[in-house]
Amino acid sequence: MLTAILSGDTPRSRILTVLLLAVLVCLAAAPFLFPGVRALETAATICIFIVLVASYDLLLGYTGIVSFAHTMFFGLGAYGVALASTHLGRSWGALLVGTASGAVAAAVLALLIGLFSLRVRAIFFAMITLAVASAVAVLVSQLFEITGGEDGLTYQIPRALTPAFRFGELFGVNLNGRIINYYLVFAASLVLFLLLLRIVNSPFGRVLQAIRENDFRAEAIGYRVVWYRTAATCLSAAVAALAGSLYAIWLRYVGPDTTLSFEIMLDILLMVVIGGMGTMYGAVLGAVIFVLAQNYLQSLMGVAAGAAEGLPVLPLLLDPNRWLMWLGILFILSVYFFPTGIVGRLRSGR
Amino acid sequence: MTAAPDHAPTMTRLSAADRLAKAAPFLLVPVLILAGFLAIGTTSSWLTLTVSGLAMGMMIFVMASGLTLVFGLMDVINFGHGAFVSLGAFVGISVLLALPGWTAEPSLALNLAAVLLAIACAMVLTGLSGWAFERVIVRPVYGAHLKQILVTVGGLIVIEQLIHVIWGPDEIFLNRPETLQGAVTFAGAALEKYRILAVVFGLAIFLAMRLILRRTKIGLIVRAGVQNGQMVESLGYRLRLVFIGVFVAGSALAGLGGVMWGLYQEVITAGMGERMMILVFIVVIIGGLGSVEGAFIGALLVGLMQNYIAFLEPKLALISNIGLMTAILMWRPQGMMPVVKAK
Repeated sequence: MLTAILSGDTPRSRILTVLLLAVLVCLAAAPFLFPGVRALETAATICIFIVLVASYDLLLGYTGIVSFAHTMFFGLGAYGVALASTHLGRSWGALLVGTASGAVAAAVLALLIGLFSLRVRAIFFAMITLAVASAVAVLVSQLFEITGGEDGLTYQIPRALTPAFRFGELFGVNLNGRIINYYLVFAASLVLFLLLLRIVNSPFGRVLQAIRENDFRAEAIGYRVVWYRTAATCLSAAVAALAGSLYAIWLRYVGPDTTLSFEIMLDILLMVVIGGMGTMYGAVLGAVIFVLAQNYLQSLMGVAAGAAEGLPVLPLLLDPNRWLMWLGILFILSVYFFPTGIVGRLRSGR
Repeated sequence: MTAAPDHAPTMTRLSAADRLAKAAPFLLVPVLILAGFLAIGTTSSWLTLTVSGLAMGMMIFVMASGLTLVFGLMDVINFGHGAFVSLGAFVGISVLLALPGWTAEPSLALNLAAVLLAIACAMVLTGLSGWAFERVIVRPVYGAHLKQILVTVGGLIVIEQLIHVIWGPDEIFLNRPETLQGAVTFAGAALEKYRILAVVFGLAIFLAMRLILRRTKIGLIVRAGVQNGQMVESLGYRLRLVFIGVFVAGSALAGLGGVMWGLYQEVITAGMGERMMILVFIVVIIGGLGSVEGAFIGALLVGLMQNYIAFLEPKLALISNIGLMTAILMWRPQGMMPVVKAK
């Protein structure tokens, strides 16, 4: 039963199992285990990023394609919900319409980009996605009549999902719409994650891995490599858009910085690499570790910079604004020394 | 012994259509300039736009040439190339800012000397850091495209952040040297002096590069290496050394492009290289990966297109380059002048 839910892809490592269970329990009971607004924000962000990173891993880890447009698809989903809620008013229907149209738009765009670039060389894809994504990001901030420009959009979602909706108390925690909203995000993320797990462990997923290992041989066996690569791109884009819709429902705000920026793209890359490319569980660990680090590491660096006061260069290097540099170094080192990431390490060290 | 059999190959000329297909990329630039003239209508603004488009194209070409050669030679795709653009700009502009006496003087010779000194410093430094980058970042990941992309993106972030550490987080504004400010009027059109200089400079670099690639032995080895590296190595040339040389030269050219671009924009930021990389990638793709001539034509097309469209329909300027890339890839999926690999 459990194996069937996990599509036969069990963690295969005792430590990994424990870690994953801990993450699952913490996220499932987050509103009661960690009361407080900030903790709930962090938990929801982790859920959404797990899906986003897992969908990226479908491309990077399983198919061996590097894309820089993943935030663009994420943003499409988010803007879909935002625009639908703005124009159709505050309703569940608007959320559904926005989510569906965002996902469809993302899949169509991915299909177009894929047809142009994957047909020739997989390496074109990385460059073309970078160009298209940056053009879309600029376009979104320019078309401010529609998208709100740099300021983004704020909109209303159904009352049952907002903190204003209260309905009693459980274990000393005030139950309100925010908690319903959290469980919506959590449940949707869990379903999407299991769906991705199903996809990568299906015959289709096997073909993707074959293409990653040797595309020439896969073609020779008789699989249409271009078709499979394009399909993987579309699937991954659609799931990323769904994650974006969840993010928009959770935040009740979209803007270029929260959904489209290149920084988020780098974050996703780091999460995939740190967690482990080519395993869906890597996405879980990568997202959890990274989001926690993002929230708490910067304050730690501030403390360290204060402690290094008076030394020559060190305070500048430890400045909290320079944390991206340390992530970059970590990124390079992990690509060199732990190409299989945390999950790969845990599985091989059984 | 029998006589060799008769062998009379028939050497026919290429048909007109084939020759046209070969020359088509070269014709695109004049065609685009002509189309721009028809669309814009007034000679003076067309002239201004053409010169600025050519200037922009030349600068993009300077940045793109190293990247495309590095790819052609060793199949290495360097996403960190943009970091050298930023680094070159910061080094060069720092040198210029340190020489206020030379740049504020209204003497062309002194101004040019300052600019050339800045360019030399920038090129030496970016060349050295390119060497270090190749050593530390690129070398361990040969032959693995995926890792190359990831690692060089990491390198890009680290260098950008180091620029923040050294020069501070703010953008730096600057003035061009005295005699390079302002414009000259020609046929009723105001042509900025610096843009003309940039066109001349870029053209000189393209011609020098072509000369080196076509007329010298090292150029021959590089071109042969792009076509078939294994064969060159089996003839006894150490292609690795050649590659390091090309990588260093490419980084230095990126630094040069950075200085030129910084002087053009009169403001530099650590993220400028990253933004330029998008245009550079478009240029490299439409030119055909590994082809210097293709990159040159592609850069001119991108520069001209951007300027014409920005004048005609400002909203479309952002996506005009993507449109150009799409159109060219539909016409030639491998880029305009793909390098034929003997594999």
